[in-house]
Amino acid sequence: MLQQVEGSKAVAVAVAASRPQVICAYPISPQTHIVEELSRMVKSGELRGCEYVNMESEFAAMSGVIGASAVGARSYTATASQGLLYMVEAVYNASGMGLPIVMTVANRAIGAPINIWNDHGDAMSQRDSGWIQLYATSNQEAADMHVQAFKIAEELSVPVMVCMDGFVLTHATERVDVLEQDAVDAFLPPYSPRQLLDPDDPVSIGSMVGPEAFTEVRYLAHMRQLEALDVIPRVAAEFAAQFGRDSGGLLRSYRTDGAETIVIALGSVFGTLQDVIDAERADGVSVGLLGVTSFRPFPYEATHAAVQGARRVVVIERALAVGAGGIVAGDVRIALTGTEISQRTVIAGLGGRPITTTSLREMLGRAVRDELPALTFLDLDTGVVDRELRRLHPVDRFADVLPQT
Amino acid sequence: MSSTGVKFYQVGSFAVGNRLLDPELRSAQSEQGRANSLTSGHRACQGCGEALGARYVLDAAMRAAQGRMVTVNATGCLEVFSTPYPETSWRVAWLHSLFGNAPAVATGVAAGLRATGKDDVRVVAQGGDGATVDIGFACLSGMFERNDDVLYICYDNGGYMNTGVQRSGATPPAARTTTTQAVGDEPGNVFGQGKDVPRIAVAHEIPYVATATVADLRDLEAKVDKAMGMHGARYLHVLVPCPLGWGSASKDTVKIARLATESGHFPVFEAERGEVTSVRKIRHQVPVEEYLTLQGRYKHLFSPVRRDDVIDRLQAMADRNIARYGLVEEVL
Repeated sequence: MLQQVEGSKAVAVAVAASRPQVICAYPISPQTHIVEELSRMVKSGELRGCEYVNMESEFAAMSGVIGASAVGARSYTATASQGLLYMVEAVYNASGMGLPIVMTVANRAIGAPINIWNDHGDAMSQRDSGWIQLYATSNQEAADMHVQAFKIAEELSVPVMVCMDGFVLTHATERVDVLEQDAVDAFLPPYSPRQLLDPDDPVSIGSMVGPEAFTEVRYLAHMRQLEALDVIPRVAAEFAAQFGRDSGGLLRSYRTDGAETIVIALGSVFGTLQDVIDAERADGVSVGLLGVTSFRPFPYEATHAAVQGARRVVVIERALAVGAGGIVAGDVRIALTGTEISQRTVIAGLGGRPITTTSLREMLGRAVRDELPALTFLDLDTGVVDRELRRLHPVDRFADVLPQT
Repeated sequence: MSSTGVKFYQVGSFAVGNRLLDPELRSAQSEQGRANSLTSGHRACQGCGEALGARYVLDAAMRAAQGRMVTVNATGCLEVFSTPYPETSWRVAWLHSLFGNAPAVATGVAAGLRATGKDDVRVVAQGGDGATVDIGFACLSGMFERNDDVLYICYDNGGYMNTGVQRSGATPPAARTTTTQAVGDEPGNVFGQGKDVPRIAVAHEIPYVATATVADLRDLEAKVDKAMGMHGARYLHVLVPCPLGWGSASKDTVKIARLATESGHFPVFEAERGEVTSVRKIRHQVPVEEYLTLQGRYKHLFSPVRRDDVIDRLQAMADRNIARYGLVEEVL
């Protein structure tokens, strides 16, 4: 049913329609509206058969869903930013034990300096945690991907993070086809756990593994996540067949056919970039757009295929690997292996800075003229950083990059 | 404050023979059908108080739950010595997640069991004092505060024994650990620190809090039984001597635990909903020195120079416990 609805509420309704049995919650902006709405639904009786537990920290929230999932309950939590970092030890534990937990990450920057606004630094820090990471481009996709996430997680026995841009999506009210219970029931079967903590068949879960088998355990986790490269698009196709729209999947191509330059991005900036691509195409510039929905596992082969024929790619990153530059860029570099395609990385939108069409078009103009440096910070206030660099360091160290004064 | 009900003791001994007890009062260990929750073949040290305590606790809990029970275990000796893959010594459904999250995992387990219609399955969580008093304390307090339906057992051996005997918030003053070494003017752990988690648990006003030791296993079993008869958050703090960390003889584990209570160093009591309801009276009071001299971790108090000043402070702490809980029967 089409509704004008806040992103958080659309997600809460989708999660509720997925019939979670345990929700462990701890507040952190900008995720709070999701767990608030779920709390209301459980307490009012709209969401039945669900235990909602207010935990004392994100670490406890993830630990709670670990316990719930281990006894066979479909389990959900949500977090962001510092909260995700606070639960990291349990995040790795959940994937290590193969528990199909679904978690929303309302992407937000990590401090210091403390910042509550959107970027991908939080989820990117969990790149190697063993969780599947899916990035939503819109609130519709965010809602849809939660239902898909439970199916993917439970089929593979691997936890899934659904990442949606904090505030930009979570707090944005827009038109969403809010998922209805009957339709979700038809799509998502009840959870049937692979392994269970059960007094009738007692097993030991979480034993200590030494050098003789640890590599094998990690290898199997790797192989299981690679399986997701087949499962994610299949589940997206099943979803499309039932609901009649594309949501999820591995990659999302937009006007890439014959494009000389392909922009690669994650999350809500995809929508802005669609407008940019349309405008550039209208001006006769040969550009296209590739959205990465599945960041983990990274679809190397699909990315390689999707950029074939392009001369250059520009990776737009909403996170920064300090001392290295891009994060997604590293994966794209691997995907480009064996091609002549040149690659540029643009760090944009950190800590909630708006990524505007004007800045993107200016940047793209430089890219197609091959004037873009290997690493660019979009809309960087060079006056401020130059002043600080001069103040803090001998001038000659930065002589090459700083303007002459 | 009422005293504990009289238990049947054999004359001249603290042990009680099963044959002398009514069948329903006999140890879970005496039953052929016992759960054998922590079975033989594990890799605990000889004389490990924690292994002894866990065996009695879990078998008593399994008896009370009629086998309908799952356990959550914090990281620590108990986890390491019992489950080196591909072996396991657990014959109960057993889940180990992390060092500091066992109470929160148990909360989730309890919620998951309710949500999946297995309300009859009981949840017991367990960890050492490091997992309980220090790193997992926030999760423990949260579990208490929500009154989640979990029985949490802390096996207190006063230190991080699994990592090589470092100080924890439960290490007693003056005790030598590898991070509170017997050097300097104030050798061993400092005075004026440490966390009394049983009293903090009482302050949460949860349904049941009790302390026990492996010196009185019938008392321990009785408390497990009582706790399992209740719902909500329950806490059992068990003193378990550690021959490795305490520098004591393996054969002395039970004896040292007994001296800990008989000296007043470790008070044994029960509390319900914020009020102390019973205490285990000291039967033959001994000076705390008798407890100390069997342990290498206090050796520096006796040689090369006898430290009466430190011993007196430890005695004063024991005397304070005795006064606080009324551990010594008034002679009328």
